[in-house]
Amino acid sequence: MIVDLSRRQFLSASAALGGGLLIGFRTGAAHTAEGVAGAAFTPNAFIRIGSDGQIVLTMPYVEMGQGTYTSIPMLIAEELEVDLKQVRLEHAPPDEKRYANPLLGVQATGNSNAIRGSWKPLREAGATARTMLVSAAAKRWNVDPASCRAQSGEVHHAPTGRRLKYGALAAEATQLPVPENVALKRPGEFKLIGTPAKRLDTPSKVNGTAVYGIDARPPGVKIATLAQTPVFGGRVKSVDDSKAKAVKAVRQIVRLDDAVAVVADHMGAAKKGLAALVIEWDDGPHAKLDTQQIVDQLEKASLNSGAVAQNVGNTDSAMASAVTKVEATYQVPFLAHATMEPMNCTAHVRKDGCEIWVGNQALGRAQAAAAKTTGLPLDKVVVHNHLIGGGFGRRLEIDGVTRAVQIAMQVDGPVKVVWTREEDIQHDMYRPCFFDRMSAGLDEKGAPLAWNHRFAGSSIIARWLPPAFNNGLDPDTTEGAIELVYALPNMHVEYLRVEPPGVPTAFWRSVGPSHNVFVVESFMDELAAAAKQDPVAYRRALLDKSPRAKAVLELAAEKADWGKRLPRGVGRGVSVQHAFATYMAQVAEVEVAKDGAVRVRRVVCAVDCGTVVNPNTVQAQLQSGIIFGITAALRGEITLKDGRVEQSNFHDYQMLRMNEAPAIEVYIVKSGEAPGGMGEAGTSAAAPALTNAIFAATGKRIRKLPVANQAAVT
Amino acid sequence: MAQTLTINGKARSVDVDDDTPLLWVLRDVLGMTGTKFGCGLALCGACTIHVDGKPVRSCITPVSAAAGKRITTIEAIAATPAGKKIQQAWIDLEVPQCGYCQSGQIMSATALLAAKPNPTDSDIDAAMSGNVCRCGTYVRIRAGIKHAAKKGT
Repeated sequence: MIVDLSRRQFLSASAALGGGLLIGFRTGAAHTAEGVAGAAFTPNAFIRIGSDGQIVLTMPYVEMGQGTYTSIPMLIAEELEVDLKQVRLEHAPPDEKRYANPLLGVQATGNSNAIRGSWKPLREAGATARTMLVSAAAKRWNVDPASCRAQSGEVHHAPTGRRLKYGALAAEATQLPVPENVALKRPGEFKLIGTPAKRLDTPSKVNGTAVYGIDARPPGVKIATLAQTPVFGGRVKSVDDSKAKAVKAVRQIVRLDDAVAVVADHMGAAKKGLAALVIEWDDGPHAKLDTQQIVDQLEKASLNSGAVAQNVGNTDSAMASAVTKVEATYQVPFLAHATMEPMNCTAHVRKDGCEIWVGNQALGRAQAAAAKTTGLPLDKVVVHNHLIGGGFGRRLEIDGVTRAVQIAMQVDGPVKVVWTREEDIQHDMYRPCFFDRMSAGLDEKGAPLAWNHRFAGSSIIARWLPPAFNNGLDPDTTEGAIELVYALPNMHVEYLRVEPPGVPTAFWRSVGPSHNVFVVESFMDELAAAAKQDPVAYRRALLDKSPRAKAVLELAAEKADWGKRLPRGVGRGVSVQHAFATYMAQVAEVEVAKDGAVRVRRVVCAVDCGTVVNPNTVQAQLQSGIIFGITAALRGEITLKDGRVEQSNFHDYQMLRMNEAPAIEVYIVKSGEAPGGMGEAGTSAAAPALTNAIFAATGKRIRKLPVANQAAVT
Repeated sequence: MAQTLTINGKARSVDVDDDTPLLWVLRDVLGMTGTKFGCGLALCGACTIHVDGKPVRSCITPVSAAAGKRITTIEAIAATPAGKKIQQAWIDLEVPQCGYCQSGQIMSATALLAAKPNPTDSDIDAAMSGNVCRCGTYVRIRAGIKHAAKKGT
């Protein structure tokens, strides 16, 4: 998603409870410029320095593996002149105004933009606090602040050797005016930023003490599991719970309009009780739905004109003069998130209030969902956020919170609603399927004269952030299809919003680019093949105006031994991408067996994500994103038959495993540009590198994901 | 009926149906939440614990099958030499991301290292392919096991 970072920001200081120093900062919401109603100048994070010297950072972004609980504190610690070990973190409470993501305008962790949004304001917050603490020390000592310096949570006065800890200065610092325009360090002065900082959450994640939402245990908590209508839009017709009630430790059966839950002392009993229920469903209007109907609907829709996402020049006239024409259609499937931590939420509903324990990427929405479901005012809903055992977009949704609250409203005391893996996969909100029509015209040298791309599918933004959906377009669904790195003299991209009946759709790691980059980079490979040119050389020739893209392509090709001979059945494929403000090239090396089994042997990734905050995290996120992308490309597919999702657990919605994991090499280009996003970019670039490698190995062009057994020799 | 279990060296008594999976006894009855639920069908390894030193999937292990045996969970794995080395390797190499599967990964890796102090790549594949990591930390898990092995016994 392309967003505008130029926002006014200001800092304010006020006395924190307990006499500490509190620096709040406010930023405008990104969507104000695009006409989205957003609360401008609302705080979205704060630092608290207690008189005990404890430095607390309230984290507006949630930790779901991406390392934000280390990289965000690094920004503050750098300017505040504290060691990372001195920083304590707290989850931000739900507050759409104070903790809005500056690039989304809502309190959410997503779109790979925590560092992008925080890069300047959080360093300013740190620098402002440091300046005030130095001033407080200078005032006490009656010396020139310029003769003092901050270091490791202390202010030093070198000429006299005096020093004071921040905690001892906090109360005095609150009395000082907030300085404006504090100078930020130059990159050459960074001590922390750019160094491989150790993750702050690792120790708790190796000894079982890390607490995820599913681990919440408020006193007296009961455990529930549930069966939701197997067909989206269906309802419960009847329930025979006599056998379920007889199961030891089962306490209660809760019937909702479209789900039934079994409440028990432990999940073992709840599951046993659930299995003993006899539920008759009214399947509703989608009882006969199957995936092919949805694909057919998209294919048909794609014959019509859509909203123009980007137009350059005139592709019609350019096409007329083309020497060679290339056409193709592409498809990508529905995908589930399958986070390792199954969906869950603990809720305690009382007459006068509601308490929620959950790991969620959009906490303000979680609170609002509980308020709406219970009818309680927002301020009567307390939400405790937790570490997230895999988000990938799934936990930007609040359906699980609503469910838990619906159940809790019928239960006396707190109840933890844990979805089975089967419920988690069959009642996900899915990465949409898309149907794409591509056509291009090449000149006599094979260079693209015209590029047409039209695609149909769901817009998640239209549901999730309606004000950002305008004139049939949104910035997510089209990312990766428009504003390409390549110099294309004539280009025309259209999008048709078509919502699948009876299938909820949601953001999925790498969002719009997860679909578009596969299509664009596959088709670019087709053009290179049509022009009988090397895929790297072909792309390179189109990158003169995009030096950062060109540099990552060249680096990836060099490191991957591009051009060196490979054995029969082995091939290399390349992809280039600019998404989430990060430039990336990947080269995948795959081996294809005669039966079509694809083994990814090696992936080389070159990345220019601007200024790197934590190179260790960049490496980790790319390793992670690439595996995620390969997993989906090879096998990921959710299908429906008779309105029901056919997959149910890891045997039929398969994950890449240790024995299949490729070697992954990551090369980071040194850059002084503003930071780009890292959580998702690796995923979208992986699929086309892989399928282009299959083409190189076998001559088979994969135009429909997943690969499954399409590479088999027929 | 009441079962007596030996968990991390301590005797614990629980009153649940005999066929109750050990996972839920640990997590919900005893409040030991370090062991995780992932699939319920022994497909992902998130719930891996040790019974008499061998890795088992607690989500399909009935509590009755573990009675009288030594049960070890992530909370106590640091007390074993291999477990301690694996945990340290995980910290040294920054293996976890979301971390949810890592209790199970560490239990599987510890059992491997205890049985084979110098595991080969194929040993690692064999021992670790039952553990799914959705964050794709496989590259670092492999490196972590080798790192721990290098430290010797």
